[in-house]
Amino acid sequence: MKAVIPGVTTKATTDLPVLHSHKTLYGAPSGLEFSHWLANISPWTLFLMLAAVALWPITVLAQDGGVTTLDAFKALWRWLPFLIGNGFVMTIVISFLTMLIGTVLGVFLGLGQISPNSFIARFSWFITQVFRNSPWLVLLFIVMLSFPFEIQIGDTIIPVPDWMKAVIGLALPIMANISEIVRGAINSVPTAQWEASESLAFSRHQTLFKVILPQCFKRMIPPWMNWYAILTMATPIVSILGVEEVLNLTRQAIEAEDNHPELLVPFYGFVLAIFFLYSYPIARFTVRLEKRFALKQ
Amino acid sequence: MSWTVDQPIVSLKNVHKSFGDLEVLKGVSLDVMKGEVICIIGPSGSGKSTLIRCINALNDIQKGSITVEGQEVQKPDLDKLELRKKVGMVFQQYNLFPHKTAIENVMMAPLLVLKQDTEEVEKRARLLIKKVRLEGKEDSYPGELSGGQQQRVAIARSLAMNPDVMLFDEVTAALDPETVKEVLVTIKELAADGMTCILVTHEMGFAREVADHIYFTDRGIIVEHGSPKTFFDEAKDPRTKEFLSQIL
Repeated sequence: MKAVIPGVTTKATTDLPVLHSHKTLYGAPSGLEFSHWLANISPWTLFLMLAAVALWPITVLAQDGGVTTLDAFKALWRWLPFLIGNGFVMTIVISFLTMLIGTVLGVFLGLGQISPNSFIARFSWFITQVFRNSPWLVLLFIVMLSFPFEIQIGDTIIPVPDWMKAVIGLALPIMANISEIVRGAINSVPTAQWEASESLAFSRHQTLFKVILPQCFKRMIPPWMNWYAILTMATPIVSILGVEEVLNLTRQAIEAEDNHPELLVPFYGFVLAIFFLYSYPIARFTVRLEKRFALKQ
Repeated sequence: MSWTVDQPIVSLKNVHKSFGDLEVLKGVSLDVMKGEVICIIGPSGSGKSTLIRCINALNDIQKGSITVEGQEVQKPDLDKLELRKKVGMVFQQYNLFPHKTAIENVMMAPLLVLKQDTEEVEKRARLLIKKVRLEGKEDSYPGELSGGQQQRVAIARSLAMNPDVMLFDEVTAALDPETVKEVLVTIKELAADGMTCILVTHEMGFAREVADHIYFTDRGIIVEHGSPKTFFDEAKDPRTKEFLSQIL
């Protein structure tokens, strides 16, 4: 019997099997997995999360007569200005400063990796690999425990609070990852551009800053933002070290409310929601920029 | 040592070049006088491109000597930037800077390298763009231009440095047949103006018409050379004859 091809009305003239074109089920990894994952979450997830949080305490109501769901949310409402104004603001301050320091150091390290001086190149590569592949918590502990709590320059004493140390600790892995972004972006420019610049008597410095970097600057923005989103999501790690950001303050708030178990889900659910609300638009924007720059190149 | 016009402007003596174990140039010698147009032809893989890339020190050599205006090119202490101000180069793939407009591409090197006055440079850039017949395309980006147009911008970009010698590395090889001509006309005009040109090319008709001297290379050596007339009509070496019979 002759095979019927769906959508084709012309009668088949052969009963030989038809070879369809190959369809891949997945694309090449883009390097922005985190942002893709986050941006692919439906915005309704947030409402589902809130609904689950609102319904959950009913089950534990019977065990403890004291606190109702309504009481738990009333408590959350009372603490909200504090948790946002002190806690989440601190989270954002930490993430901004970390990103700033990590980016500045990372750009130098990335340029170091492509240095014609082989000692600088190897050294920068080594530093990059060490900090890119170390557990963040280990780096945080090392910085926390090895840094002095104050620095004395002449007669002035500069205190180094815990959150500043946390910024330095987190900036190290960010630096290493930005270094890789810079190196990768520079290497993505065809070598012919280097040759063309060389043949016009440009110095290496001129070639890098006037020809190569302007071409790959845009390509660095999406992965850079991807790392900002990852970093923001990772900042609660510093609460382990006593830094008073949103997670730490939430725990303190629950303790101040006598540790009722009914409080756990509303309070931590709130922390989850606020991180989602902050990071989700960043991830969506990152993916959009990635697509736009991909078309232009 | 000072160079005078009666001496070769570019001179290669027994040049050897290897990439690892692969010897690409096995003792090449040639002299180019000021104002001459030299065409280097030969089968692919015969070392033509490597040869002209050695002249502006994009490639280094293992043995022999290359001089431009009497100055040794491959000396380690040579100021490569000084050399490249004298020797312009145009590539097969144009290699324009994609983030700059046509006129910015032309203006960039004189501004950055020669530190000339912006107004002066712009005036000259406009003249050069006119010279390569691209008036009205000054503000187009390379991506908006055809291959032939991009290649002519690339020629203008090299000319902006006021070089004494121009190197052309298969500049029409990546172009559509109908745009090849516009680029060749530009080069022909340059030659007529007295520019010293060294071309690697597969355009035999062009070589015959414009070249003062033709070199035929195969497997890293110069097999035969002579004026276009003697080269095309009275080739002696069997390899040359075979190559010409395949191409013409």
